[in-house]
Amino acid sequence: MVQTTRRRLASIGAAILASPAFVRGARAADAVRIGAIYPLSGATASAGTALRNALEVALDIVNNPHPDLAKLPLAAGSGLPGLGGSKVEIIFSDHQGNPATAQSQAVRLISQERVAALTGCYQSSATLTASAAAERYNIPFVAGEASAPSLTTRGYKWFFRTTPIGTHFGVAYADFLGLAKQNGIPVNTVAVVNENTEYGTSVSEAIIKAMQEKGLKISLHIPYSANSSDVSAQVLQLKDTKPDAVVFVSYTSDSILYMKTMHNLAYKPPVLIGDDSGFSDASFIEAVGDLAEGCINRSSWDIGKPGSVTSIVNEMFKKRAGHDMDDTSARGLQGFLVLCDAINRAGSTDKQKVQAALQATDLKADQLMIGYDGVKFGADGQNERAATLLVQLHDKNYITVWPEQAAAQPVKLPFQGWSN
Amino acid sequence: MILLQVVVSGLLMGSVYALFSSGLTLVWGMMNVINFAHGDFVMLAMYVAFFAFTLAGLGPVAFVPLAAALLFVLGVAVYMLLIRHVMRGPMLAQILGTFGLALLLRYAAFWAFSANFVTLPDTLVGGTLVLGGLRLEAARLVGGLTALLLTIGMHLMLTRTSLGSRLLAVAEDRQAAMLMGIRPDRMQALAWGLAAASTGIAGALIALFFYVSPTVGENLALIAFVVVCLGGFGSVPGALLAGLAVGVIEALSAFWAGAVYKDVMVYALFLLVLWFRPQGLLGKA
Repeated sequence: MVQTTRRRLASIGAAILASPAFVRGARAADAVRIGAIYPLSGATASAGTALRNALEVALDIVNNPHPDLAKLPLAAGSGLPGLGGSKVEIIFSDHQGNPATAQSQAVRLISQERVAALTGCYQSSATLTASAAAERYNIPFVAGEASAPSLTTRGYKWFFRTTPIGTHFGVAYADFLGLAKQNGIPVNTVAVVNENTEYGTSVSEAIIKAMQEKGLKISLHIPYSANSSDVSAQVLQLKDTKPDAVVFVSYTSDSILYMKTMHNLAYKPPVLIGDDSGFSDASFIEAVGDLAEGCINRSSWDIGKPGSVTSIVNEMFKKRAGHDMDDTSARGLQGFLVLCDAINRAGSTDKQKVQAALQATDLKADQLMIGYDGVKFGADGQNERAATLLVQLHDKNYITVWPEQAAAQPVKLPFQGWSN
Repeated sequence: MILLQVVVSGLLMGSVYALFSSGLTLVWGMMNVINFAHGDFVMLAMYVAFFAFTLAGLGPVAFVPLAAALLFVLGVAVYMLLIRHVMRGPMLAQILGTFGLALLLRYAAFWAFSANFVTLPDTLVGGTLVLGGLRLEAARLVGGLTALLLTIGMHLMLTRTSLGSRLLAVAEDRQAAMLMGIRPDRMQALAWGLAAASTGIAGALIALFFYVSPTVGENLALIAFVVVCLGGFGSVPGALLAGLAVGVIEALSAFWAGAVYKDVMVYALFLLVLWFRPQGLLGKA
């Protein structure tokens, strides 16, 4: 009951704020406020906390002079020159992994905190609802991590997404499995195991479609709930079906459970692909990295050589988080930088101008800290230059193995897993 | 063979559920209080195990009793500082009191231990046993056997010792017990201590094969409530039976119908049992 009242109050408040008397661009010296909604508590808090650290690094890059990162827009100077040197401020908000909370937090940030734009929300399910609120209030929303293809098929005008999406990974995985075939690991059947919210459902659909187009047979498809306390039955289903490759689309706690359970039940597929998220979480690598040797993952992020832009950014992140930056955090950080760049070019926090600036975004690969071919949004808001690489876990580090021209070392198959 | 392994895995997980639920049912049986912070007690015990291993190099033989002792103290403290007072209030105050405690513990854990997932090495309790092609995870086997021993021990303590009689007397009629010269506060503090200590044993054992994070209690607690309710509130052997049943039902339905249907099956059967036996499998009407 309290919630309804609060929501009603919020919408009345928002209506007042949206009335012409209250609409104004920020004055030059005002800080530009951006709302960031992430799972800072709840089961995916480890990923949410890492993203918070990543966005704080981005804030440091934008607000303080970093001549060594001059290739990145806004890094060399301090603040947003397009707005008279205004600093950027992030208002963090916690959605606890709950899509309904994400939506109410979006409304709160828009109507009470009066943010100029929103970013978030890690989970595709939470991004879906939060961006729906942003669309209703005509506030630009930049999604840096959420990869469910369905998010950019809604005809939204205020939603922009920098990350590659399920359709891209599906093709990458299918191409890669074709390559495995050439390398003497015959892959004809594939099992897809996915958590059953927006992310897992939408990404697994795209993966299955891409696999089938390459002539691979989906021999088993297991949707499951990410907060399961036991996954033995799923692993035994896999053991029973014996697919040539298994693709997991999972969050952190469940991916840890899968590796532990596979170890205990002595099940190793010839090829194991873990789609980012859980498999990229620093907690996963720390907890079960030694059971997942040789696991294939996707990544757009590579720490690179010492002294490179990426390595400097990673050091900044490491100082805050205590561990190397993972792909998810890196994609979130890049999304935030793209948003700041657009606000800067808009020269104002006026939402129409920011929207127009986002639509006009045209960043090249060397202006990014991540391995996309650039950033340019299509009419649906999806970054047309998003790209992904495939990496393989080796001694608790992910190393680029595909495509060949980007590979730091050749791919090693079959999946090795644990050593004893 | 695979099917047998499914059942065995289900039984092993079920014994963990039973182990996990024993403390909850004890508090209910003794005091008619539902401890919503139960899952978070387990979480704390898991962290005791984790830090005892990583900081002091202690093995399970040392950290399981350590967790039991620390949780005993916590249980007594929670009773003296919180439960004793909210018991005087309306039912809702009791429910929200332990719920508030749950959130306090959970967010204190976020603050103190960070949101990261951590695990103990798989090798602490001898890895996996292979028996005629069946794979039994040693840590879960130990957990299951402990659940059994704990259940039997608690049952004997309650039904065969004078301490148990005094505990039950307070549970049955506080006033009458006082007239018999039993100090109810002391008995109930002891009940909370014992329940928390068994939760401590459970948590430390579960940490051997499960991930540890501030939210781990949240995931497990729901199952514990189902198990306790299904077994019959307050019945310690009932919790064991229900835990095993839930484990096997989950495993079989996930294997045959798919993982997304296992909760549907568990809760459907749960409601069905309650329809015929509202007091639970072994509960007293």
